[in-house]
Amino acid sequence: MDEPPVLELRGITKRFPGIVANDGVSFDLRPGEVHALLGENGAGKSTLMNVLYGLYTPEEGEIRIKGTPTRMSSPRDAIDAGIGMVHQHFMLIPVMTVAENIVLANEPTRERVLLDYDAAAQRVRDLSDAFKFRIDPNARVEDITVGQQQRVEILKALYRNADILILDEPTAVLTPQEAQELFEILGTLTREGMSIIFISHKLNEVTEIADRITVLRRGKKIETLPAAGATEESLARLMVGREVLLRVEKGASTPTEPLLQIQDLHVTDDRGIEKVRGLSLDVRGGEIVGIAGVDGNGQTELIDAIAGLMGSDSGRVLVAGEDVTNESAKDCLDTGLGHIPEDRQRRGLVLDFSLAENLALHDYDSQPASRLGWLFPKRLVARAQGLLKQFDVRGGGPQTHAGGLSGGNQQKVVLAREIDRNPKVLIAAQPTRGLDVGAIEFVHRRLVEERDEGRAILLVSLELDEILSLSDRILVIYEGQIVGEFAPGVSEEELGVAMTGGGRKEAA
Amino acid sequence: MTETPPEGGGKVENPRQGGDYAPSVAARVAVWHKAGGIAVPLLTTILAFFIGGLVVLATTGKNPLTTYKAIFEGSGLNWFLEVGSYEIGIPWTESRVWFPWDTSFNSFAALNLQQTLIVYVSLVLTGLAVAFAFRCGMFNIGGQGQYLAGAIMAVWIGSELPGLPGFLHILVAIVAGALSGAIFAGIAGFLKATVGAHEVISTIMLNYVALWVGVFLFGLGGPLQNDNEGGESVPVSNDVLEESKLNVFWGDPLLQGLHVGFFVALAALVVYWITLNRTTLGYEVRAVGFNPEAARYGGISVARNYVLAMAISGTFAGLAGTLDILGWQFRLNTNDIFINSIGFVGIAVALLGRNTAIGVALSALLFAALLVGTSTRNLDPEIFRPELASNLTTLIQGLVVLFVGADVLILYLFGIRRRARQRQARTQA
Repeated sequence: MDEPPVLELRGITKRFPGIVANDGVSFDLRPGEVHALLGENGAGKSTLMNVLYGLYTPEEGEIRIKGTPTRMSSPRDAIDAGIGMVHQHFMLIPVMTVAENIVLANEPTRERVLLDYDAAAQRVRDLSDAFKFRIDPNARVEDITVGQQQRVEILKALYRNADILILDEPTAVLTPQEAQELFEILGTLTREGMSIIFISHKLNEVTEIADRITVLRRGKKIETLPAAGATEESLARLMVGREVLLRVEKGASTPTEPLLQIQDLHVTDDRGIEKVRGLSLDVRGGEIVGIAGVDGNGQTELIDAIAGLMGSDSGRVLVAGEDVTNESAKDCLDTGLGHIPEDRQRRGLVLDFSLAENLALHDYDSQPASRLGWLFPKRLVARAQGLLKQFDVRGGGPQTHAGGLSGGNQQKVVLAREIDRNPKVLIAAQPTRGLDVGAIEFVHRRLVEERDEGRAILLVSLELDEILSLSDRILVIYEGQIVGEFAPGVSEEELGVAMTGGGRKEAA
Repeated sequence: MTETPPEGGGKVENPRQGGDYAPSVAARVAVWHKAGGIAVPLLTTILAFFIGGLVVLATTGKNPLTTYKAIFEGSGLNWFLEVGSYEIGIPWTESRVWFPWDTSFNSFAALNLQQTLIVYVSLVLTGLAVAFAFRCGMFNIGGQGQYLAGAIMAVWIGSELPGLPGFLHILVAIVAGALSGAIFAGIAGFLKATVGAHEVISTIMLNYVALWVGVFLFGLGGPLQNDNEGGESVPVSNDVLEESKLNVFWGDPLLQGLHVGFFVALAALVVYWITLNRTTLGYEVRAVGFNPEAARYGGISVARNYVLAMAISGTFAGLAGTLDILGWQFRLNTNDIFINSIGFVGIAVALLGRNTAIGVALSALLFAALLVGTSTRNLDPEIFRPELASNLTTLIQGLVVLFVGADVLILYLFGIRRRARQRQARTQA
């Protein structure tokens, strides 16, 4: 009954110094199926695909394409074997047109040297029509949406005659609507006989789109199972290796007085574009207010203005009743603000500093960390020891460089630092971005605990799941304004409409 | 300066299997940091000397080892090999020491070593000037200008104010010299902090300002040209007054013995380390240097630290100029101003020393030994063509700077296979 697989990986082992990234992993792909590769960060998904795509050479194991053993020593070999890869970060040249990007490195030519642009555009149009991509070959890549750029990447693979497509975390950059459109396209592709490997750590979309699911954990294949019948809970257990709480357990909130008040705030970014346009909101103690919105609608500028990292043009920001509008970052922090920044590597941590030094980033200049400008490294280390234990940071001690930790543990360090200062208001910007299930569970639980301590928590996230499961109230931001307020029971679709400006009237 | 994962780590036996690998990765990175801190500069130096040796072979046909031996002896470092029993030469004592301390015993090694250590003083300080700015994320190319600012101020104060007691005179001159270096570098820091002018450009420009101000001041008809008899045609400053000269503690003052500024340089190394590692100022400077965005988020004023770090850098360089004037040079002529390049050698010192106190202390010794060891008067023309001598120093300096900027190249040359693994690890990350 089984058709022969188009692709087979047999016993792939790939070692890096100190790590076995893939340990005897076997994997097969049947024609016309979507096979999801599921696993936490660091489980070996990307390594396995890079082996397949010719970027790494495995120490052991064999790759068979349509039954024939094939050596992949460079991406060129993989492309010749009919494998196309869409990376999480697109490999497109923004200033060139769609057609130019697609034919790059395989240009149709006239007289052997001149680019035949019309032929290129025509071929792209044909492909796009055949699969209902609705892409204009003459549009410049920088002018089209992220969802369309992703389709350009898929077209690029199709143009190179790929019949095996690897998608690396394809929905990470998409809105729920765009993700649905992508799933439809994938359906069309598989009906045409394409086989798709779908890499993800999101359980709900894997059960929705895949035919079969292979779960990796710590470099080993745990199981390959049909998607039909798999539940999110069972997959999470396979992925993490223990029982996981997918739903955040939280009681009803008991809001107190407003601790963070923003009144008619206007913020202009460095390029002179007004990103926050008359935004007002209140966050009361003991509640989590979630801000949902498509990336780039003023979330970053709003947070920076609250935290004193960016000036505002007008309006007021009050923390615990005190006006901190346009005060320095230091003053905002001292008034009782905690800030888990959006990008922990670029802003939240000094990666070359030790954990002890990182934990002192806000209070290195006050007692007991220092006195009269004299720093006491031993006290930093002593405090760090307690905090690292309390927040279950693994992978290093106080003297370890922050850059040596995994993402989840780095985020725990940030969390430890911000919460240990006992802030009245806690801003959590994308607090679980790039974290695995176990770490997400930890961060979510901790945020709920802090809410119950009576802190006001402003949660800004691009993950709707997170907003929906954590928030006591949900605000939708669109073009620098709050365009709607919803209760946590709202559906993703309803939020999605508001996020693209659709529900503006009724919300106002 | 994040090192990519474990280069030496590839050799470790029995890598842990599976999931519990995070601690070992972190540990490996730490080991790599430590090993890389010593190994890479060492390899860099060896490679630079090797290529320098090839040049010697190609241009003179002489055995490079003989040449390097001559340079070693010229630097006076062979003094440490002359272990024995010597009279210390201080009146009313009969104590004896291990090394030939008293230079009247015809120890050329001792004489040469004194010269090396005099250069060492200025190289430590100009090296620290570059290193401190580096730790705050800035490349201070203006060590030369800051050095001159200090030297000009020192020669002016040192030759004026007669009647001031010696100790006080020296103190005033040193403070003023260091301060002028600080202000001079602070300008570049201020420009970066306020209008974002890149410090590389502004410090290079300031080098010219210092140079031409010096030429104007001491040149013909300049306001600080000497008032010696018949000195109108000589573009030189007045001599520093006797009482403001630094005490010579080793060797003959008339033969340019080693002055007490040596201890100032050693103290500067300690101050550098303490400031960076034991003060909140150093914490801020390092935070800004590693990641200005995170520092800003943490509530640190990045602008203030740019100005301060440059000013502190300038203090070190200004001090170097001051000590050279008060310790052995005693005057500045316009030719010195043109020829001097000690501030630039400071860049090589900091780079090779990886901006650490101990690294600067060691690499300054290497460059001081090279500079003195190759200076022609120490070399036998039979072994070594004088024309090549100082060029060889410059050559080795250049190679060191080149290689330091290219850790990867060094690793490439010393282990192509290991490099491949490293790249894989990097792409994986």
